[in-house]
Amino acid sequence: MSRKYLIKKFAYVLITLFGVLVINFFLFRVMPGDPVSMLVRNPNANVETVEKVRMQYGLDQSMFDQFFKYIANLAKGDFGTSFHYNRSVNAVIGERVFATVLLVGTAEIVAIFVGVLLGIIAAHKRGSRVDVFALSFSLVTYAMPSFWLGIILIALFSGLFGILPTSGMTSPALYFATGIQKAADVAAHLVLPALTLALVLIGEYMLVMRSALIEVLTEDYITTARAKGFDEKTILKNHALPNAMIPMVTLVAMSLGFVITGALQVETVFSWPGLGRLMYDALQSRDYPLLQGIFYISSISVIGANFISDILYGYLDPRVKE
Amino acid sequence: MEKNHFLKVFINNKMGKVGLFIFVAFILIATIGPVIVNYDPQVFGEKADVLQPPSRAHLLGTDDLGRDVLKAIIAGSRVSLIVGILATCISMVIGTSVGILSGYAGGQVDNVLMRLTDIFLVLPWLPLMLVLAALLGASIWNIIFVIGITGWAGTARIVRAQTLSEKERQYVERARSIGASDLHIIWHHIFPNVFPLIFANTILVTAVSILSETTLSFLGMGDVTRPSWGTTLHFAFESGALSNKAYWYFLPPGLCVLMLVLSFTLMGFALDEIVNPKLRER
Repeated sequence: MSRKYLIKKFAYVLITLFGVLVINFFLFRVMPGDPVSMLVRNPNANVETVEKVRMQYGLDQSMFDQFFKYIANLAKGDFGTSFHYNRSVNAVIGERVFATVLLVGTAEIVAIFVGVLLGIIAAHKRGSRVDVFALSFSLVTYAMPSFWLGIILIALFSGLFGILPTSGMTSPALYFATGIQKAADVAAHLVLPALTLALVLIGEYMLVMRSALIEVLTEDYITTARAKGFDEKTILKNHALPNAMIPMVTLVAMSLGFVITGALQVETVFSWPGLGRLMYDALQSRDYPLLQGIFYISSISVIGANFISDILYGYLDPRVKE
Repeated sequence: MEKNHFLKVFINNKMGKVGLFIFVAFILIATIGPVIVNYDPQVFGEKADVLQPPSRAHLLGTDDLGRDVLKAIIAGSRVSLIVGILATCISMVIGTSVGILSGYAGGQVDNVLMRLTDIFLVLPWLPLMLVLAALLGASIWNIIFVIGITGWAGTARIVRAQTLSEKERQYVERARSIGASDLHIIWHHIFPNVFPLIFANTILVTAVSILSETTLSFLGMGDVTRPSWGTTLHFAFESGALSNKAYWYFLPPGLCVLMLVLSFTLMGFALDEIVNPKLRER
């Protein structure tokens, strides 16, 4: 990977970041329903109150000044104060990060492991029963809204069998319990939401792994290896897999960026106290500063993940030279 | 490619056939259904009708307001399909224009358009849609606009790549040498050759649009006066159909989404095999 490639990719990141900042800024200011008009719907609000609120949010300044102030605040990591919680957006978001990382992290680990394994088996034994099953599985999970998959799992495991908790992250009754009991409680709460997310990801990963491996297996150098008399297992392990894993690595890196998008539906259904649920609640209460903060963070994570996946790709695939 | 040959390959493809069958079935339900059942979401049932399991009077039971679930699903099929298809139209028009322009013009135009595409590609789509829908207000037209405006970037990328390779073909050079204008070349040479790819892509984008609509409506951004399947699922979830074990309320709308999206992906896969002959060999 050349230095030029790195610099070019980094320049793209900066341009994209700037674009996202601009969109984020205008989205919340130019659209109908800006913070002030939402806040002063109250017919009793007098002119002075409206002016005060406008000043508080800096809306009395020119759009240009507002934009620079907004950039300066973002650079300081200041997203303002949440309408609903009346605390800094930073603090509110900070409390929720761990839950989302725990949920998405667990789901990703399970999905990578199962998805890659299924993909390898499916590609290796094309047309077999495992292959057909794996393909149908990924088609069906793709076509399902993930919130609905969550609902189905709730109906199955708590409605029918009544064995797993379906809401929140902890049981309030365990307030005085020991650390181990609490951890087990969180783990029990984690099972269904993480499973929901993992099932969706498995389908996607398996499909990409399968087609990448099939593609590689048709290459000439594999035929050469076969002609040299290597056994299938060695060819798969030492010759085909290292190349077939490249698109997987970049896909996983990219999908990590869509953490909040992925978690939003699942967290909403399971009342999981993470960033996705926070965003849903912020939407319900029209908490614009909070909404803007979460939107900003989720954009940053996608841009960052894309950049990492580009770098990884350039590093892993020597054909990328530019 | 010859049209008859195209159809033949499509019909002979098992996936394509199943997908087409399901799709036609839903089109029939969406066009004829609402005329027959005449469903009005504003008319609630009696107290005795609330959350009743399936019976002869209500084949799929009733919801928390005593309305017939089957009727709601039939009416919802029209909304889900219309939103999905119209939103896809917006995405395809933007994506195709940006892709062809970018690939054909090259240089600075290409650079600017591709950076713009990058931005739309990395914007987290669900949060963006939710924010847009919340700011614009819940109406069916806003939902269509929001899904359409956020879903074009992938198409632009694909169309651009194909345009780049078409542009280098000899016939384009020949056309130019005899004085054909850029517009003429784009419209009569590039577009028809990129079209099969666009068509296959349209079908896959429609699947995504329908899923997006369902998700947005489920998260409470739907138009309650024109309930789609997602809206029905929203009310089922909010009214506690899950803890009431009212399976007839939350299973059928989700199954419909699953079937419809599946039909589009199956057709899309079948078309992909036709458009990319490389896939057929494997």
